[in-house]
Amino acid sequence: MSTPTVEKHSAALDAAEAGGTELITVTLRIRRFNPEEHADPVWVDYQLEMDPKERVLDALNKVKWEQDGTLTYRRSCAHGICGSDAMRINGRNRLACKTLIKDVNPEKPITVEAIKGLAVLKDLIVDMDPFFQAYKDVMPFLITEGNQPTRERLQSAEERERFDDTTKCILCAACTSSCPVFWNDGQYFGPAAIVNAHRFIFDSRDDAAEQRLEILNDREGVWRCRTTFNCSEACPRGIEVTKAIQEVKRALVTRRF
Amino acid sequence: MSTDTPADLVVPSLQAHTGQGLGTGNPADALVVEPARARSKRTPRRTRTNFEMLAWLFMRLSGVVLVVLVLGHLLINIVLDGGVSKISFAFVAGKWASPFWQFWDLLMLWLAMLHGSNGMRTVINDYAEKDATRLWLKGLLGVTTVFTVLLGTLVIFTFDPNI
Repeated sequence: MSTPTVEKHSAALDAAEAGGTELITVTLRIRRFNPEEHADPVWVDYQLEMDPKERVLDALNKVKWEQDGTLTYRRSCAHGICGSDAMRINGRNRLACKTLIKDVNPEKPITVEAIKGLAVLKDLIVDMDPFFQAYKDVMPFLITEGNQPTRERLQSAEERERFDDTTKCILCAACTSSCPVFWNDGQYFGPAAIVNAHRFIFDSRDDAAEQRLEILNDREGVWRCRTTFNCSEACPRGIEVTKAIQEVKRALVTRRF
Repeated sequence: MSTDTPADLVVPSLQAHTGQGLGTGNPADALVVEPARARSKRTPRRTRTNFEMLAWLFMRLSGVVLVVLVLGHLLINIVLDGGVSKISFAFVAGKWASPFWQFWDLLMLWLAMLHGSNGMRTVINDYAEKDATRLWLKGLLGVTTVFTVLLGTLVIFTFDPNI
């Protein structure tokens, strides 16, 4: 796993590495789906020798590179920034690149499946188009009125703080695909779209808050939220998603934002 | 879903996993592969009314009022002054002689019925998969709600203790 970049190891590093490579046998139970082979998805078990401090993504890579090259999943940066590898691990939405094997009870088979509520294309890959359509529908870009300032658009630290939490979203869809309302009603905007609307609604530099609120006042907008808190629990960035949705609701009722 | 996957659904990795004979027939599985109602690619039509917001606000406000109304109702009817055994035609007739209790019961009837039906509307919206089913269930709900509210209102206002 570790690639030494310096020739000489310190004694401490040697000890840490020696103690850190105790391999355990892990069973990865992956929900495979290939419509060209069979119409139904199927659970497949893979036995792996893994360091428990490695991540679930490392286990998936090991399966793909050493056991079964047909396994399909998305991953890009592998460090929790790109949001490509959201999946259901042991029944909860997480990023495979941020989940350590030791944290998901490796004594039992670790189940890995695609996120729910979106059409599975193959194995762990889902069709993200409806998800991004909801994102586009809330106009996630700065809209201003009047003349452009000659210098930058100024904002106080407090004004920035107002929407700081929702700027952290990486659009991994872990929240939206954990939402039971979204599972039942694909027309619902979903937590991720509302979080990204919140990011602009409460931005003092933006002038289109009214428009975005009107969009989310829709039948399939914020009022469908049942405050189940699945989204807050699923968010790998720790965004208080349900709180953001509630703040949008409050803004709609009081028209203050 | 827990880690306790049914054993007959699991294939060891050396075996070809064609899924042959492993179809679960479980509708939930089919849901994951092909969601029943996927989001359409077009922007949803904007509604010009605030109905959903008003319904949401009504649920919160009526809920607060109902806590007082229902608990007060239960306290007076089945706890205080002899408990449940005192309830009779005469007791109800005595209560409805006063406009205060008429108003209390009328408000409780309206708020409870509308609160409950709005909740049921939400449940139907969530769980009905076909548009036709949803329409029928909501129609049925609307008819029963209107009927119960009107009948109850009629009884409260036209109640005659001498029948």
